[in-house]
Amino acid sequence: MNNSAARPSATARPGAPSPGAFKAITRALTYLRTYQLAALAALLSLILVTVTSLFAPQLIRIAVDEGIAKGQSNVVLTAVLGLIGTAVARGLFTFLQGYLAERVSQGVAFDLRETLFEKLQRLGFSYYDQAQTGNLVTRLTSDVEAVRGFIGTGIVQIIAALVTLIGTFVVLLAINWSLTLVVLTTIPPVFYLLFRFVSTIGPRFGQVQMALGKLNTVLQEDLRGLKVVRVFAREAFEATRYEKANQELLEKNVVTIKGIATIFPFVIFFGNLGTLAVMWYGGFQVIGQALSLGQLLAFNSYLAFLLQPIFTLGFLAAGLARAGTSAERIFEVLDAPLDVQDKPNAKVLPALQGNVEFNNVDFRYVGAEKAVLKGISFQVKAGQVVAILGATGSGKSSLTNLIPRFYDVSQGNITLDGYDLRDLQLSSVRSQIGIVLQDSTLFSGTIRENIAYGKPEASLDDVMMAAKAAQAHEFITGLQQQYDTLVGERGIGLSGGQRQRIAIARALLVKPRMLILDDSTSAVDAQTEGLIQDALDHLMTAEKRTTFVIAQRISTVRTADLILLLEDGQMKASGTHEHLLETSELYNQILGSQLKTPTGGAS
Amino acid sequence: MRGGPPGSLASMAQMENERAKNRGATAGRLLTEFKPYLASLALVFTLVVLGALSQALAPWLVGRAIDENISKLEPAGLTVRMLELFVVYILGSLFTSQQIQVVGVISQKLLAGIRKKLFTHLQSLPFRYFDQKPIGDLMSRVTNDVDTLNQFFGQGLTQLFGSLFGLIGILIAMLLLNVPLAIVSFLVIPVMLLTTALFAAQARSAYRKTRETVGDVTADIQQEIGGAREAQAFNRSKANIDRFRQRNAANRDANVQAVGITSAFSPAIEFLSTVATALVIGYGGYLVLEKQLTVGVLAAFLLYVQQFFRPVQLLSSIYTQAQSALAGAERIYAILDERPEPADAPNAKTLGAVKGNIEFDHVSFGYNPDRLVLNDISFHIKAGQTVALVGTTGAGKTTVASLVPRFYDVNQGTIRIDGHDLRNITRASLRSQMTMVLQEPFLFSGTIRENIRYGKLEATDTEVEIAAKTASAHDFISALPKGYDTPLGEAGSGLSQGQRQLLAFARAILANPSIFILDEATANIDTRTEAMIQRALETLLKTRTSIVIAHRLSTIEHADNIIVLENGKILEQGTHQELLTKNGKYAELHAKQFRSPKPQPT
Repeated sequence: MNNSAARPSATARPGAPSPGAFKAITRALTYLRTYQLAALAALLSLILVTVTSLFAPQLIRIAVDEGIAKGQSNVVLTAVLGLIGTAVARGLFTFLQGYLAERVSQGVAFDLRETLFEKLQRLGFSYYDQAQTGNLVTRLTSDVEAVRGFIGTGIVQIIAALVTLIGTFVVLLAINWSLTLVVLTTIPPVFYLLFRFVSTIGPRFGQVQMALGKLNTVLQEDLRGLKVVRVFAREAFEATRYEKANQELLEKNVVTIKGIATIFPFVIFFGNLGTLAVMWYGGFQVIGQALSLGQLLAFNSYLAFLLQPIFTLGFLAAGLARAGTSAERIFEVLDAPLDVQDKPNAKVLPALQGNVEFNNVDFRYVGAEKAVLKGISFQVKAGQVVAILGATGSGKSSLTNLIPRFYDVSQGNITLDGYDLRDLQLSSVRSQIGIVLQDSTLFSGTIRENIAYGKPEASLDDVMMAAKAAQAHEFITGLQQQYDTLVGERGIGLSGGQRQRIAIARALLVKPRMLILDDSTSAVDAQTEGLIQDALDHLMTAEKRTTFVIAQRISTVRTADLILLLEDGQMKASGTHEHLLETSELYNQILGSQLKTPTGGAS
Repeated sequence: MRGGPPGSLASMAQMENERAKNRGATAGRLLTEFKPYLASLALVFTLVVLGALSQALAPWLVGRAIDENISKLEPAGLTVRMLELFVVYILGSLFTSQQIQVVGVISQKLLAGIRKKLFTHLQSLPFRYFDQKPIGDLMSRVTNDVDTLNQFFGQGLTQLFGSLFGLIGILIAMLLLNVPLAIVSFLVIPVMLLTTALFAAQARSAYRKTRETVGDVTADIQQEIGGAREAQAFNRSKANIDRFRQRNAANRDANVQAVGITSAFSPAIEFLSTVATALVIGYGGYLVLEKQLTVGVLAAFLLYVQQFFRPVQLLSSIYTQAQSALAGAERIYAILDERPEPADAPNAKTLGAVKGNIEFDHVSFGYNPDRLVLNDISFHIKAGQTVALVGTTGAGKTTVASLVPRFYDVNQGTIRIDGHDLRNITRASLRSQMTMVLQEPFLFSGTIRENIRYGKLEATDTEVEIAAKTASAHDFISALPKGYDTPLGEAGSGLSQGQRQLLAFARAILANPSIFILDEATANIDTRTEAMIQRALETLLKTRTSIVIAHRLSTIEHADNIIVLENGKILEQGTHQELLTKNGKYAELHAKQFRSPKPQPT
């Protein structure tokens, strides 16, 4: 069932709405403004439905009192035709109401989703460092759905319920005020029980969802960690873990069911007591000639109109709490600050030469206490190849991420061809830089579309050229559908090495004036790595463009014009291979760890 | 709320997306699951009948009150009748309450049982099964299918009984009161069923479209959030937003269209319901005028007529719910019917502490029997030796490593450990002698300590720490605010790939096996950390047999034997020096990786 948008979110739990949630739902209501005409029409239809509904019992009364009691068959016939007439009108208005409310709510959902999506496309790297993908997806799907359900149908229904309630009340009072007061005594217990029901069952459903989540986590881990479980022969351990979660879920379910069983039938019971009160007290009034039989029957029919809105209001209260929480989560994303954005008077970067300068750059991730880069200064001339070397966590990726301004520096500045990065238009900078990220995403689509990601209009020839340069052409043409092979979620799986070559081709296709390669050959076997290396060597040297390479291997960095050696966010040494060999102990250490056998070199 | 309340057309149309292929057999099998609960089911049945009875009784009492008490001006009789009505109402509520509870508890126990069975069975399935089934797919099937059953048992079943008996009770009561009027009222029921069926068919195709468009929107969201970094790096934001707008709009339009159909449904049913009321009043009124009917019976009829639409509507929605429950059950049984990993041979021995001699004797193997991945492989690892497997992607390295813990059975040939054919040893005892560290470390949710302890459940905290120290993981663990008690998120998020790998090493070291299998275990760790682990491993592996797969050739130069695989065959084997001298494939690979001239001694 590919229907996740319709599934209620496991995290949005009903319960008492927080003040924040209430504010959020009020804010969500402002999205109705675009659709105010349709919304008003829906509301009007609903009120008309109520009015026509209130007519029906009157017609029954007329049929009984004026027709049957007085032996007037033509009155009975008129009443019957009147009943059918109101049914037709009612049907028409019900349809209009349902259809218009859906249009409004779908419109609001569309707007919310679109604004969210746009915002997410603009939010910077630092936002994604902290956000979890699954969590964000939930906000665009289930949370929007919860808000939509409430805004579309909820609001209209609340107003309609109130109108029905008041209208019925007025009609009942007009028929017989004392009987009305007797009937009204059954309403508070119904209200109370319904409130108890919603407020106790809501949180219990939340607990069931949580228990279910735990159970699924165990299942998921068991399946994903299959090899680990089996090689450690931990099947029994996993089974115990699962059974514990399973029992907990069972318990929570049983508690919820008991709650439903102890409250809900009695809500109905008190509703029925209304009929009892009407027949009993009303019966006495008929006997005492204070009420006609037809009025008694009509009165009884109106009871349903009292109970229905109360039920609606009770359930909507639960919906309101959930929609409020969801709205809060939606606005959390919409209100997230955009940390990296164009200045008002940002300049367009002219054709990039490739001079890069870091002046005393400090960089700290949002929310982190420690700076990952401290006092970094270096200068790169156009066309140079820069290799960045250092242990895991030394700040290599952070450094390269600053160049396309995925993050802003905390202190100091970076210039491109002499311009401060922050004075330039982001798109003019990024469109001139080709980047291979550490973990490249393959999008669902064909291989061709994936390579052309940064330049969708590229011709097949251009795509092939880029693939050839990235040593990907050969394996692609080996596939049955070649460049039209589907990859990603619905397509075939590619190996880590193949994915990386696609990512490199993707970066090359945009014909960048500068290249940034982040650890792009770590998951590739030796032979493939050699191929990629050849390609990159060619790219770095044949076309003169500034290139930054993060690499683990000395073989990659040897030929670089500049090697930056990082440790703990600081630059320990920089220079050429020969220079560092003579001056840097750390460099020699790294070299030593890689080339343990002095006889290793073959060519 | 898109699905709508149970009984709504939307929920019907959404649910009925699949039908079971073999409904009868599946339903029969599902029924057998109820066997342990037969006694409780008898109770449920009684409660349902009693509940339906009180539901049918109440309007009848109202009718009698009008005819015999109110019309005849008998206040005393009215009080008695009303007290009877009160008792009927209260009994009805008690029966319903009990029924909800008993049915609910039975079905939840039953579902817990099915879940347990599924899990236990999944654990016994061979690796081959999981090779063909993407885990995400399997997950969603297990959770969604059990959930459909849950919905059916939780709501559908109770409602099915409740409405069926309620409807029968009402129909019988009406027939008892007045046959001609009853038959006239029943005229609407087939029209209602027909209308429901017609609308459901229309709605089904409309909702199929909404499901497709929702799928597109969700896929887009998932993908673009996952690839948000690429979008920024490649300036794709605008194009992405445009595409999303199109899909988002298609989804909106499909929904509005579908709701156009469902919005017409409930007015149609309500219209029919009013027609029934009008029929009762028209024909009933005529009968009253003709003195063939009393006003009280007419009033009772009005109450009954208002009660039979809900059951009719519910029954059709339960029908569709049952369809998808059966389809879900069928898929659950498909998993349960999968053949488990062949059991250990009846005379399988328990393997004691091994020395670690491993022998591949003319082994051939393929994940598909008709496509061999390994072709006639023979080699011998002596106890305590380190053997490296080298070759390009797809050469069969990982397959060799997977055969040693008997994740798969060989197609031909034999694998022996200390002279025992693997197939003659129990799997648990075999696997407890070895451990594996994979390229993608897998960590469970839980604390760091719990994850390391996974290798030896009874290990003390000190043992855990020693293992972590050996794996060079202690330093970074102690630097964390909560140290060893740091909880790990899903798949170990919060730690770097390298750090996660160190934990996997610590876990393996704690298990203290005789045989170590390292499958690209250090590929994602930087070279200096790798060197530290390498030093730790050197001491550890001195006395243990190990199989190492690595593409960074520098890490395996000290191996006692290097086996070069190509296309599932052994191309060459020997020590590093021997293979270099031979100047074959290995030398070629080596040259590629160490293109630098003579490295400088440090």
